[in-house]
This record gives sequence, C-alpha cells and structure tokens, in this order.
Amino acid sequence: MSEAAEVTYIKPGGSVASLDLGEIWKYRELLYFLTLRDIKIRYKQTLIGVAWVVLQPVLTTAIFTVIFSTFARFDTKSVPYPLFALSGLALWLFVHTSISLASTSFVNNTSLITKVYFPRLIVPLASALATLFDLLFSLGILVILMVYFGVSLTTQIVAAPLFVFLTLVLAVAFGTLFSALNVRFRDVKFALPFMLQVWMIASPIFYPASLLSEKWRLVFALNPLTGILEGFRSALFGSPFDWQLIGVSGLSLVILTALSLFIFKKMEDKFADII
Amino acid sequence: MQVINAENLSKRYALGSRQPYSFREMLTGLFDRGSDEKRLLWALRDVSFSVHEGETLGLIGHNGAGKSTLLKILSRITKPTSGTATISGRVGSLLEVGTGFHSELSGRENIFLNGAILGMKRAEIEKKFDEIVAFSEIEAFLDTPVKHYSTGMYMRLAFSVAAHLDPEVLIVDEVLAVGDVGFQRKCLRKMREVGESGRTVIFVSHDMQSITRLCRRVIWLKDGAVKSDGEAKHVVGEYLHEQSQTGAEKVWEDPSSAPGNEVVRLRAVRVRGAGDAITSSIDIRREVSIEIEYEVLQGGKVIVPSIQLNNEQGACIFVSHDWNSDWRRTEREAGSYKSSVKIPGNSLSEGTVFVTIAAATHQPHEVHFNERDAVTFNVTDSPDGDGARGDFAGPMPGFVRPVLAWKTEIGPT
Repeated sequence: MSEAAEVTYIKPGGSVASLDLGEIWKYRELLYFLTLRDIKIRYKQTLIGVAWVVLQPVLTTAIFTVIFSTFARFDTKSVPYPLFALSGLALWLFVHTSISLASTSFVNNTSLITKVYFPRLIVPLASALATLFDLLFSLGILVILMVYFGVSLTTQIVAAPLFVFLTLVLAVAFGTLFSALNVRFRDVKFALPFMLQVWMIASPIFYPASLLSEKWRLVFALNPLTGILEGFRSALFGSPFDWQLIGVSGLSLVILTALSLFIFKKMEDKFADII
Repeated sequence: MQVINAENLSKRYALGSRQPYSFREMLTGLFDRGSDEKRLLWALRDVSFSVHEGETLGLIGHNGAGKSTLLKILSRITKPTSGTATISGRVGSLLEVGTGFHSELSGRENIFLNGAILGMKRAEIEKKFDEIVAFSEIEAFLDTPVKHYSTGMYMRLAFSVAAHLDPEVLIVDEVLAVGDVGFQRKCLRKMREVGESGRTVIFVSHDMQSITRLCRRVIWLKDGAVKSDGEAKHVVGEYLHEQSQTGAEKVWEDPSSAPGNEVVRLRAVRVRGAGDAITSSIDIRREVSIEIEYEVLQGGKVIVPSIQLNNEQGACIFVSHDWNSDWRRTEREAGSYKSSVKIPGNSLSEGTVFVTIAAATHQPHEVHFNERDAVTFNVTDSPDGDGARGDFAGPMPGFVRPVLAWKTEIGPT
C-alpha cells in the first residue's frame, strides 16, 4: 500500500493549463499495452500479415520510381531516385498511417472513453507509437537500399534521428488533434483522407524542395514536413542543411503542436458526454 | 475516516438533439440559437454525501435518476458542471466488464490489456494471473482469440480480471448480471469479500436483493437529487414503495379495467390500521386489517378470497385463505361483498409489506383474479421497549417478529 496517500480531487472542468505529463507517466504501462494491442491487431486476419509493413513502402517506392524517374524526371542531385523517394516515403507513410489510425482511435474505442478513466492523450499516443513499428521496417529497407546504392555516410548522419523524432512529434500532434475533432465532428472521417492527399502532394516527398520556386520556398516551409524531409535527406545523403527552411518548419511544428494539444485539452473533458 | 466526500455535485447536459455532430449541424445551429437554453438537463443536482472507510454504499434509483452520471463523475470519466469531490486512496471503477477487450486478441493478451485499462500494474497482473485464470474457468482457451469464446466464457474472463482489481475504493455499476447463476453467486461472494476486507465500495444495482445483501447503507437518487440516504433496508423499502405506486388503498372505478373475470371482479382493496383508519403506516404492535371489496357477477360458486404478503426483498412472508367465515363452503349469490382479514400486532417484521389479493374457487380450481402488490403498507418498530426488540436498537432480521414469552430463573444450583 505504498500509494495509500493517493487522493483524487474532482472539480468542474475548464482548466487546460497543464498537460498532466505526470499522470501520463503513471499510466505508462497502459500506454505500453495499448501500443502493443494496436500493433498486434492491425495485421490480424490478413493473409501475409506483417509483410504489409514491408510491402507498403517498397511498392509505393517502385511506383514512384517508374513514374517519376521515367516519365517526369526530377533533379534529385546525386541521389538515386528510388533512394530519394523511399527516404521521403518512409517518413510520410508513418505520418499518414499514424494520423489516420489516431483519428479513429476514440471513435473506435467508445467504451474506453465512457467506461474508464485514464489520461486520454494515451490513446492517440498509442496509435503513433504503434505505427513507429512500421517506420522501423521502412527505415530498415532504407538502410538496405543505401548500402545497395553505395551511399557514403557523412557525419551529418547523426542528425537523422532528430528528424525522425520531429516526424513523431508531428504525427502525435496531428493525430491528437484529429482524434479529438473526430469525437465531436464525424466529418473528419470524410475530410481527413482528402486532406492527407493534398498534404502529400504539397510536401517534397517525391520531388525535391529545390523544385519549389524561391519566392514561395518559405511559405512551403510552413508545412513542417517540408523542413523535416529536407533535413532528413541532408542528414542521410550529406548535402548541406537548409537551416532557414528547417527553422521555419521547426517553428511551425512547435506552434501547430501547441495548438493541437490546446484544442485536445479543451475538448477532452467533454469526450465522454458527446462521443 | 472519510474516504469519499462529495459536495454539491451537479451535472448538466445539453439535450441530445441540440448537440451538433458535424460542422454543418453546428453551422445551422448558429442561426437558431434561442432554443438552446431550454434544452438543458440536470442529470445530477446538488448531490452531497460522504462515505467512510470500509463502508459499502448502495446506489439505487430509476433509470435516468443520475446513478450512472454520479459513478462517472466519481470515476473521473466526466467532470461535474459544479461541485467537488475528494476521494482518498486508489480508486478502481468497474462500469462495464471487458472494457477494451479486443476480439482478435487471445484470452491471455486481453487479461493484461484489460487489467492495465482498469488501472492494474503489470507486475500486479502477473502476480494474480494464475488466480484470474482459475477464477474464470477458461484455462484451456487461454491462447485462443476471444472472438471464438462463447458469451459466457467471454463474460467470465472479463469479470475475473475485474474481480481481481484491488483498489482501496471500488466503484461498481450493475455488472453482476453476467454469466450463469453459479458464476453470479461466485461474483457476489467475491464482492462481499471485497466489502468485508475493509475496502470502500460504491455499488449500483437494480437488484434490491443483492443491494440489501451487500450494502448496509443505501442512497436513493431521484431526478438527479438524493431522495433518501440511510440504512439499506429502510431506503430500499421506501424506494419499492414508491416504485409500486401503491399505497394503503386501491379502488378500481372503471369495472372494465378492474382485475377479475366473468365470475368475480375486484373493486377495492384497503389497509386499515388503528381506529379503522386507512393508513399505510402501521405500528408493529398494532393490528392491521386488509379489506377487499368485490362483486360477484355470476352466482352459484364458492368464492375463497386470499391474501399473500411479500417483503421488500420480494420474499413471501405468508399466505392466508378465508378458512372460517360463513361463506367458507357456501355458494355465493351475485352481488357486492366485502371481506376483511386481521393480522395481529407483533407478528410482522418491520419494513414494507406488499399485499397480493386473490379470489379463487377450489373445486373445480379456478382463479378469478390475482392482483399482485395491490396495496402496500409500512411496518415501523418503536423504540419504546415494549415490542419484540426490547431495548435493542440495532437491526433485527427475520420475516416475522412475534413477542414471545421469555423466562429466566436463577440456577440450577
């Protein structure tokens, strides 16, 4: 009974001042089990199971390579196109899957909201962490491809995990935002796939950011993914970092994350009443 | 020591139809605002109470009375609109069994997942794992996805995890209505163990028998407010009394809707206490009589009126047939009749008594009417010391409470 002194105070809602990180830490084991559940159930009752994790990036890269290095040639400098495409797709597929999964995380788990208490943030967080499992595979394939194409690493490679981490932050932020919005507005279900599509085209995933007109470059950088992708590629392939681009994207990421969490905290109290 | 202290808890809901679920609804809603204010529902209004350590508190009330809302607030699932509550100790709440169970996962995986959702630590689940499995009686299917389980197996597994939750304060909604009778009994036993082990329990149920068996104290919620708070037996009695919507008198003005058949039709039933007054409150020491008015429509049959008394748990106290009136073996002529039966003082136990009225012909057997819980009355004991309880002020169980002859002598020497 080490927690004998535990006291719960129940008061009317309204404050969004704290993120209750301590509370999330207390429920870290639940986060672990929910993540594990999300990983396990995603590929249950599929024929080839986890092989999908590998197939998704590989097939998409193959398609992109056929289309964009045969018909429309993008100038990817010295980087072979498949490698270029996969480096972008690995992060993008993670963001895409993670946000899609998180957006339905509450709506598909109604009883978790109406029947038990725990810090709600854990649910979209688990969706993002579960998708991290996919990302590891994508990155594994990326490494294999880099070896195949004989990419020589520079010291800049140490920055790569930073950009992966920023991608995770981005996925968590938007996943959290859409999970909350979906509780209130089921429009999310219809709007989100469309928005993700537009987002993919607007991000330098299958084309280099250098393609963007100089005038609009920093406007494009307001999309956090622009800076993250460029930074990630610079880290991998040793090209110079575009700090201006990365800086704008980073700032935008911080603001969007804060805004997403704010909206989430604001809506959280009402989840059980309106879901 | 007070474990739970709730002060003026209130919860207001905006009624369903005005809750927009899509942007379009919200946008159209902006233009017809005016009606919003009227659509508010107070699910809970100024509910205050405190619970002591080790107390088992029952929560009763009709559907929509606010029981679930109160449990949800205490479980921190939803926040009160106003008011506060403090709970000391680790809280475990069971508003549903099997929350978070996933049909694709195996029994083993679900035990860990569900345990974590209910707030158990992983080490704790590991420690109790064998116990949980044994309790659920599903050992052989532990590694089978639960989607292949029967409903009974699924429920048993789900409840087993829940039953091994070990909080200092346990909040339980009506989740016992699961599984077969044997398993239910096992669950009730487990619940009682929890209560007896010094933990504090709040328990909601519609089953008055289990409420009175498990809880000493009961709170009755009505329309979001505390209607009554006190000793389980009394509160449950009051509640049943109101629920049955009967009192000391019931008259059927319209013959077509009155109980009966083409032979006999019931007209009125009354409870008469001291001085022949119609009353629903009977002193345990005084006589009470039940009066039945009925009409015989078709002459030529022997009609035997009878009463059955049930207590608030629904158990039968006794049945009495007219065995000694002049009409015992006499065929009735058509016409109006009034029969009454006297129940002597110092025979019934205290609490609410439900009176069922029937009229039958025995040879050949034919029931003309059998009106369940036609009238009710409340037997109250007095602290005067001249009843069966003497100077004892505590609860006295039993269906009857006769005043018996006691004798004490000195010796044998």
